[in-house]
This record gives sequence, C-alpha cells and structure tokens, in this order.
Amino acid sequence: MGAELVKLVKFTGSFTKNYSSMEEMLFYDRIQFAFTITFHYLFPQLTMGLSLIIVYFKWKFLKTDDIQYNKATHFWMRIFALNFAMGVVTGIPMEFQFGTNWAKFSELTGGIIGQTLAMEGMFSFFLESSFLGMFLFGEKILGHKWHFVTGLLICLGSWASGFLIIATHSWMQNPVGYEILANGQFVLNNFGALFTNPWLWPSYLHNQAASMVTSSFVVSGIGAFYILSKRSESYGKLFLKTGIIFGLVSSIIVAVPTGDLLAKNVVKYQPVTFAAMEGIFHTEQKGAEIVLIGQPDVKDKKLDNKIAVPNVLSFLTYGSWDKAVQGLDQFEEERHPTNISGLYYAYHIMVGLGTVFIGLMAAAVFQLIRKKLFVTKWILWSLLFMLPFPYIANTTGWYTAELGRQPWLVYNLLRTSAGASPTVSSGNTLFTLLGFVGLYLLLGLLFLLLIGKIIKNGPETVKK
Amino acid sequence: MIMEFFWYVVLMGILAVYIVLDGYDFGAGIIHLFFAKTEKDKKAITNAIGPFWDANEVWLIAAGGVLFFAFPTLYASSFSGFYLPLMMILWLLIFRAIGLELRGQIHHPMWEVVWDKAFGIASLLLALFFGVALGNIVRGVNLGMVENGVSTQEAHFFFLPLWNPTFSPQADQLGIIDWFTLFLGVVSVIALMIHGANWIIYKTNSDLNPKLKEVVFRLNFVLLGLVIVSLLIWHNIEPLPFHNFFETPILWIFPILCFIGIFGLFRVKTFIHDGAGFLFSSLFLVGGFAATAASIFPDVLPSTNSVNPSLTIYNVAADDYGLSVGVYWFAIAIVLVIAYFIIQYKVFSGKMDNIGYGEH
Repeated sequence: MGAELVKLVKFTGSFTKNYSSMEEMLFYDRIQFAFTITFHYLFPQLTMGLSLIIVYFKWKFLKTDDIQYNKATHFWMRIFALNFAMGVVTGIPMEFQFGTNWAKFSELTGGIIGQTLAMEGMFSFFLESSFLGMFLFGEKILGHKWHFVTGLLICLGSWASGFLIIATHSWMQNPVGYEILANGQFVLNNFGALFTNPWLWPSYLHNQAASMVTSSFVVSGIGAFYILSKRSESYGKLFLKTGIIFGLVSSIIVAVPTGDLLAKNVVKYQPVTFAAMEGIFHTEQKGAEIVLIGQPDVKDKKLDNKIAVPNVLSFLTYGSWDKAVQGLDQFEEERHPTNISGLYYAYHIMVGLGTVFIGLMAAAVFQLIRKKLFVTKWILWSLLFMLPFPYIANTTGWYTAELGRQPWLVYNLLRTSAGASPTVSSGNTLFTLLGFVGLYLLLGLLFLLLIGKIIKNGPETVKK
Repeated sequence: MIMEFFWYVVLMGILAVYIVLDGYDFGAGIIHLFFAKTEKDKKAITNAIGPFWDANEVWLIAAGGVLFFAFPTLYASSFSGFYLPLMMILWLLIFRAIGLELRGQIHHPMWEVVWDKAFGIASLLLALFFGVALGNIVRGVNLGMVENGVSTQEAHFFFLPLWNPTFSPQADQLGIIDWFTLFLGVVSVIALMIHGANWIIYKTNSDLNPKLKEVVFRLNFVLLGLVIVSLLIWHNIEPLPFHNFFETPILWIFPILCFIGIFGLFRVKTFIHDGAGFLFSSLFLVGGFAATAASIFPDVLPSTNSVNPSLTIYNVAADDYGLSVGVYWFAIAIVLVIAYFIIQYKVFSGKMDNIGYGEH
C-alpha cells in the first residue's frame, strides 16, 4: 500500500513537471470555454423552441378567444423571460472569449468568423432585444394581435441567432470560401459559400429540432407534474397535449433526416472523427457492426464489454450491409480526436437518449389518440422524470461536434494549440475560470429557485 | 484605405450610440444607489430603463462584432491584453442584469435590497471601468511587451496587470489602473450620473425629479472642473493632443459639441421640455468621446515604446473583400435596427411610471 502510494506520487510528480506551461494554459482556456458555453447553452436551447410554443398558444388564443390559451401564453412567458435573461447574461462572455482567450485564433480567422458573429449581433440580437420589452410588458399597449407579432419576432430573432452561430460553427468544421495568406491569416473570398456550406443546413435543422425537443419535454413534463399533483389540471392537460405533439415531431426530425444527414457529413468530411464516435478501432472489411454499449480502451485499441449488432453501421452509413467503414487504424495518430473516449460517450449518450425520446413520445401520442393519456400513470411519471434528459442530449450532442473537431480549431487547417492567447497566463485564466464557476453556480441556484416558484404559483395565478 | 475608414466610422458610431444609451442605464443605476430611498422612487427608475436596457446593451455586442470582423488584429490584441478588466466588466454586467431582472421575482425586503445593491454598485463600477478603459486607450500600452529594447511577444500583443505599484501612467511597467486612467474613470462616473438623472427626469414624473435637477446642476460644476483639469493633464500623457484638430479643423465640432452640452446643462432647472437635459448630456458624451477618438486618429491603440508601431486602423484591418462585402449586409441591418429603435421608442414613448417593469 505504502509503496503503491509512493509510486503514485512519483508518477503524478513527473506528470506535473512535464506538463509545460503552454499545455496548462491551453487546458484552462479550453475548460473555461467549455464550461461557459455548456452553461450558456442550457438556456437558449429552451428559449428557441419555447418561443415557438408560446407563439402557438397566443395564436390559439387569437383564434378561439379562449382565455386559457392566453393564460398559458403568460405562464410560459414568465419561464421564457427568466431563461432568456439567463441566456443573455451568460451569452455576452461567449462573444468576448474569442478575443480574450483565443486571440491568435481570432486574429487569424476574424475576417471570416467575425462576419457571421457580427451579423448575429446586428440581425438577431437587436431584433430580440428591441421586441422583448414589448413582448413582456406591452400587451396592454399593443393589443393581442400585435402582442402575437412581437412574440413571432422574438422567435424569429432567436432562430436567426442560432443560424448564424451554426454558420460560424460549420465554417470551423468544414472551412469554405477562404484563402490563406502568407502570414497565416485566413481571408474570405466567397461570402455566399458561408451559407451554402454543406455542413450548415443539416447541423442547423438538427440543432433547432433538438431545441424543440427540450422545450417539448419541459412543457409536457410540467404538464404531467400538474396532472399528477392534481392541481391546475386543465392547464396540465393542455401543456401535456401540446408538448407531446411537438415532442414526437421534433424528436423524429432530430434523428431522420437531420441526424442521419449530419452523420453522413461526418463520414465524408471527418472520417477519423466518425471512427472515434462509433468506437471503431479497426477497419472491418466485411462490414462494420454498430456498437450499442461498451467502454473504449484507447491504449489497447479495443472496446470492453461490448454489445454490438453486426453490419448495421455499414448499412446506416452507406446503405450497404458489407461495405467497410474506416477505423481509427486508417489514420495517423496525430489526426485522431484528442479525447476519443469522451467523444465516443458523448455521441452514444446523445443517440441513446434520442432513441428513448422517440419511443416515449410515440407511446404518449398513441395513448392520447386512444384518449387514455391522462390516466396512463407510467407515461406521466416518465415524462416528468425525463425532463432533464433532453438537456443532457443537447449538451452531449454539442460535445460530439466539438470533441470531434479536435485537435483542430479550423478543421485540418489550424490546430487548437495554435489558437490561444499568447500573453494571457494560465494563472489569469484559472482566476477567471474560478470566477465563472462561482458566479454560474450562484446563477444556477437562483434560476432553480425562481423556476420552482413560477411552477409552484402555477398558470392560474397569471393576472391577465 | 476607404474601407478601413468606413468601418472605423461605423465602429465609433456604434460605440457612441452605446455610450449614450447604456450610459443612461448605468447613470440611472448610480442614481438608484445614492438617491432612491422609497419603493416608489426605485420603481420609477427601473420603469424608466426597464424595456430598454437589454436592447441598449446589444450596441456593445454589435461593437464587439464589428471590431472582430473588421479589425480582427485589434480585437485579438486588445481583448487578450486587457484580459482581467474585461472579465470583470463581464461579471459586473451579469450582476447588473440579474439585479434588474430578478428583483421583482420575489416580494421580500431582504431579496429586494440585495438586488438593488447589486444593480446600483455594478452600475457604479461599470461607469468607472469604462472611463478607465478609455484612459488606457488614450495612454497606450507596451505593445510587444518590450523589455530592455527587445520585444518578448509578437509586435501587436501585450498584457496589462490591474495596476503597477507606482500607479503612474508613465512607468515602464504599465497597469490598467493608474492615476490618469482612474481620473477618467471618475469623469465617466460623474458624467453618467448626470446623464442617468436626465433620463429619469425625461421618462418619469417621479417625486425625485426636482431633487435630480438640483443634483444635475451641482454635479455639472464638478464635471466642468474635471474636464478642465483633464485637458491640462492630457498633454502630459499625449504630447500633441490637438495636432489632428489643427490639420482638419472640422474636427473642432466635437469639442465644441462637448462644451455646448456641458454649458447647456447649467440651465437644467429652467428647461421647459423634460428631455432637454438628456439631449445636452448626450451631446457632452458624444462630443467628448468623438474628440478623444479624433485626437489619437489614425491610432486605435498607441504604443508606449519606440520598438513597435502603434496599432492604427490600417494595420489591424481585415482584407478588402471581407470589408466590402460587409457593407451590403450592414446596410440592410442598420436600416432594420433603426426601424426597431423607432418602433421601440414609439411604443414606450412619454412617461413610463406605470409600465410595471419586473411585475410580470
């Protein structure tokens, strides 16, 4: 025991020594970006989809004049407002961090990704923020019809924001319309190419559908909660019904066609990423199996405790049962994603959850059609407990994209290690990382407290 | 050349709008901190900025975006070099925003007092920090981090600690905070207090208004004194602050606007229209900011050493194709932005005492 401990201390000691300050700097820069973006995206993934559901409620109110729909609108507006505020305050640091922590990357590629990011500010943030005040406080002044319109504009603004962010992201995954100058600077030579990037549309639709999944699960989960707790039951039923219909449609779209198209893009443009995602260490010439469960052992290049179905991956990828799928062994090691296990898990968790979502939503809609939904307890409980899982699926989906792109910032062209700020020391980044961790912990607690309060007060307390 | 200048004017224009708009938010926050005693006063102030502050802050994001795409080298250099103060500005913006947004969510005096203070103190510190930031730009930085005549970094990169032990703007090792930048921070706080008070007078019928007019009147003397002192110490920092003005006399319009603003404000107690004070403090802010930018043009970040050249709009810009193609989408965007702006201020025109911000 004692000897083991000494060995361990020696091992970690040598590890720290070899761990150069450059790597440490990069490590904290990456952790800070990952932490702040992960936390940030918990909020927009709800507000993008929820804004559409709110607009739907308001539209139903305009059509039917049934006050329940307007109260539903206002109940979800409260939740939307809180999420939106969280999204805004945690979003501003994202725009700053390109420059603060990734200065070299910004300097080299700003002429290109700066375009789409600046467009996001000009086209979507102004739209959202100008009409948010009207949407939240203007119903009396505007009347119901214009209130509906402001809701629609908020929705449009947030979807435009997603589009421009994913255009930026797609350029990093699959750079187009650029040339590289002698000094290493990337310059744009085709503006239109940024928006016809084959990576863009599947990613965008996949992401927006996933945002709808989160919103649908939140709406139906809270609906299920009201029914199970036997309060605000008429609202509970409305939320549940609306949530599962949006939920079934969107969770199917996440898988087919968008997820499928996206995976085919990865096969085409980043085959090494695809191999790591699927956990294929060795190329199987007679067709690749699809791995359902298993733990990657990167050192020995194998999967432990594997459960897999033969030949299915080849079929899903190429439409042919026995076509070979390239394994990691086909690529030089320095091109492998840096965190193969993390990537593999992120992808498998996303896909696994996505499958469960389709099943649950389909069962719920089936029971709705049979008019038995509100008494099918197991579905109500499942929907309630499933509420956090779309957040996990969205997050792991993004981790798949981001870990999959490593070790590159701009795929195949600019290494992550070449992008960090040269003058910001690891100590300073750790200082701000700790600051963000503390601040976001506080924000998270406040958020949960206030969301709990809104749900507890319920839709019936809405004044209007 | 023309493209760089165009985007420079756009960037400065966006920043000027930001200063006027978010400036009144910060100012209102400081007034809230020092002068709002009753719940009614506080409500009046938050109602006056409630539907606007979020959109106002977007001008900062827009400025960041334009800086990023049109002048990527400047964006990279300044954001990494001013790392610590920028992060602190972010944290303060977060505190300020949640102070405003969360206060109305729970009706309890202890809850309310916490968020009132968060909102007020963050507003005060932000006003101070933005003044300090302007001071840092005017003073310049040690580009390339030159030590003993040798650059230790690429020529356009640098890093500044929060302060150096001497707090001198002429020391070899500069810091973010020295007596000069701090002085501009104080100018900024006083100017924005006046500006915020004017906005409250303009947009509300609160009981505070008569008192705020008195506050504006008195602070204006302080502001005038500070501006005169800052002109005196300015050439300590920058030897030839007026040479651009003598070369291009039209630029005198900016300092003149600035002084029209400040002298106009002495009549605050007799204005017939409640918006007049706000107009004059806006002139002061825009004139002062533009005059400052003009005095260092074409520099955007002066170098304090003789080894590496200052960053100018010409050596930090993106290439011509990108800058030209940007003009098209920007032209569309700015028309939309102006339209939103008009709609927003039409819907929430006049006095806003009863808007009910934070009560949804």
